[in-house]
Amino acid sequence: MSYTAWILLTASLVGLTCGLVGTLLILRRMAMMADAISHTVLLGIVIAFLATRSLHGIHMLVGAALAGLLTAFLVQWLHARGVREDASMGVVFTTLFAIGVILIATQVGNAHLDVEHALMGEIIFIPFNVTQLPVVGEVPLATLTLLIVTILVIALILLFYKEWKITSFDPALAASLGIPVGLMHYLFMTMVSVTAVASFDAVGAIMVVAMLITPAAAAYLWTDQLRIMFVLSGLFGVLAAFIGYYTAVWLDTSVSGSMAFATGLIFLVSILLSPKYGLLGKRLRPAQGEVK
Amino acid sequence: MVALSVKDLAAAYRKNVVLHDVSFEIKAGTLTGIVGPNGAGKSTLIKSLLGLHPILSGSVSFFGSPLEKVKKRIGYVPQRGSVDWDFPTDALDVVTMGLYGQIGWLKWPSKRHRQKALEALDKMGMADYAQRQISQLSGGQQQRVFLARALVQDADLYFMDEPLAGVDAATEKAIMITLQELKAKGKTVLVVHHDLETVEDYFDHVLLLNRTVIAHGKTEEVFTPELIAKTYGGRLKLTKEGMGYGHLVKQ
Repeated sequence: MSYTAWILLTASLVGLTCGLVGTLLILRRMAMMADAISHTVLLGIVIAFLATRSLHGIHMLVGAALAGLLTAFLVQWLHARGVREDASMGVVFTTLFAIGVILIATQVGNAHLDVEHALMGEIIFIPFNVTQLPVVGEVPLATLTLLIVTILVIALILLFYKEWKITSFDPALAASLGIPVGLMHYLFMTMVSVTAVASFDAVGAIMVVAMLITPAAAAYLWTDQLRIMFVLSGLFGVLAAFIGYYTAVWLDTSVSGSMAFATGLIFLVSILLSPKYGLLGKRLRPAQGEVK
Repeated sequence: MVALSVKDLAAAYRKNVVLHDVSFEIKAGTLTGIVGPNGAGKSTLIKSLLGLHPILSGSVSFFGSPLEKVKKRIGYVPQRGSVDWDFPTDALDVVTMGLYGQIGWLKWPSKRHRQKALEALDKMGMADYAQRQISQLSGGQQQRVFLARALVQDADLYFMDEPLAGVDAATEKAIMITLQELKAKGKTVLVVHHDLETVEDYFDHVLLLNRTVIAHGKTEEVFTPELIAKTYGGRLKLTKEGMGYGHLVKQ
């Protein structure tokens, strides 16, 4: 495959998996948790690197998953002790992130791990770091990791579809029916962390927040059905990847930045045009009220 | 038979104890109204019984068993305001959720489950709204959907948190008919209720609650001006002009 094709595939996988995970983030009203976790996975990566001296796929995924769980647990722990949830989130993620930054600066030195790379990602280097696979041949490592994570995310969403739905819509009923709401929460936090770290090389810790939240927020404006929201959100993510890449080539600028910008554009178009909630739709049929 | 037995239950929010020394027994086949002022701990009581809110002390048993063993026999209708009605789903889907416990892991709802859900919606007079997005339902219709969801659970013991709050008269009637039918079938129903005027018409038993049980028993024995005044502290004045005995006005 060509250099461009690998980048587009990688970016599309980021868009797809973030779009799917993002749908649940929006519906569970946990958008800010994405922000928190995208930062704290840095600590997970650094610790995984210090422990194994390797930056390869599986170590990073495990490190990120642990960091994400730690974040979710600490936020919950402080919240249960009377700290407001938004405040405890703000305290936990900035602290863990700061520890990660300090560790990079003091312990990691000149390894292939620096703060700027972690924050912004560099998708254009991805095709150079390849691994050999049977049958398909050379595959960029980051792309392979993303592919595995995407398949995992899709499988988990499909396997526990009704559990995701009920624990998002009515956790009290779910708990009374015996569905383990807490376990689903931590499984979801793990999914967010692993998605964030798999997207790390491509778009970095900051832009992954845009990929997680914005396509899903846009999809929410177009549909009243959960499964369609999932599909639309994933498609918007992929669309943002394509728009972002070609915009970056055209303007000779950062691919991850352009992708995040493209998600913003898609959201803007959605809020203007969506038939039910769009500003334009409301303008076109002002008198026709919904059945209340 | 005793459907629910509560002994010395206490529960707190943060550091404030909201329930203490709560003990009572509910006989199977009764329709009980839980009545008390705002902040009396009515919702907290239900949540604590169902394990949704941690209890400080005390014990709870359902049909003589701990909660874990009888979850399938218990139905719960949360307050309507406790969920996000903008969630992308329709009425039929919400009712089907009542069956998720029975469907089990790794399985999707089948046609049979959806049929059952549709029948429950029909029972609540909501069959025409099955495909309607839930945000486009009125408050009363949303509450009927919640009731239908409880019906499909086919439980033996129901807890309902303010099912009549903010609903229209037709919905209130439909819900009360449903509750009477449940009772007639030998089911046990506990309802958090806020409207003192209708207590005598709706419930055969009353649990007067204000942080602890003030009184509990048959409506005609317990729902007396003295005990109501005791439950509401000094905040209620009994009026007897025109409307007759037991008509109450909040000051």
